[in-house]
Amino acid sequence: MDFKPLTSGEKPKIRFLVVDDSVFARKNICKMVEAFGGEIAGEAGDGYAAIAKYNDTHPDIVLMDITMPKMEGIEAVEHIVHDHPEACIVMVSSVGYQDNILSALQKGARHFVQKPVKPEAFYEIIRYVLSEHTNPSPDTPVEAQS
Amino acid sequence: MNMELIQPFINSLDAVISEIMGCSARIADVTMEQGSYQRSGVAALVVLSGDIQGRIILDMDEAAAGQAASDLAGITGAPSEDTAREIVCELTNMVIGNSVTQLNDRGFKFKVHPPVLFMMDVGPNGMLNAETVLLRFDLPKGAVYLNIAVHDTSNALVESHA
Repeated sequence: MDFKPLTSGEKPKIRFLVVDDSVFARKNICKMVEAFGGEIAGEAGDGYAAIAKYNDTHPDIVLMDITMPKMEGIEAVEHIVHDHPEACIVMVSSVGYQDNILSALQKGARHFVQKPVKPEAFYEIIRYVLSEHTNPSPDTPVEAQS
Repeated sequence: MNMELIQPFINSLDAVISEIMGCSARIADVTMEQGSYQRSGVAALVVLSGDIQGRIILDMDEAAAGQAASDLAGITGAPSEDTAREIVCELTNMVIGNSVTQLNDRGFKFKVHPPVLFMMDVGPNGMLNAETVLLRFDLPKGAVYLNIAVHDTSNALVESHA
């Protein structure tokens, strides 16, 4: 399936940081991001590495797994958003129960995508999150993908 | 073992295999195990702690792992050992994650630890106070095994039916 390249404001390409402890999952997500016309700013395999990579690369959007060794994704979100309130983070995890989703959103994540990821739905969510990021509307609730 | 704890894992395996590999996973055999587990192919182990404690092993034989590699990564022919391991770990992550979502929404609170490769040919045993269920699912090519040794340390199941 062809996707119209993602854009945000004046930026020619959206830069992504992909965080997942599985190399295979990262490669899979990177492939999708490239199919969406995005650029990979960096990859990380745990929460600590994600924080360091975020500080190095300042990506437009972070795709963050939850269950990871060393530091889990929700804790990494809290650290990143604390230091960079403008950070745009989407959780991508197979563990999608309500408590987890709420906790991630409360820590500052913008959305939640449950694995296995469907490219079409993933694309629409990223597009939505980017549009909200560029033109925030506080009345619009963020809903998790079911 | 309470089948209400097992059913979400069966449902999730079927759903994930269907979504990723485009085929259904048919339960071909169910046995209760007492001894240690004998690995059939590439296997990953996930530990659960909290209201539900125990461990689950997802094991794919060579044919099933090859098919998964083809469906997930477009790899033709036999995948490398490393690729097969990565794919089985990621499938395990999806199956267990989706099961955990169902169980958590029914009142169980517990933590899932990241999948680790299960490299031993034989072992580990199930857990004390927990029987082990071994399920074999037949795919069009090969088979997937779920070895489940979990037990309920809470009253969540009872409360959810009250």
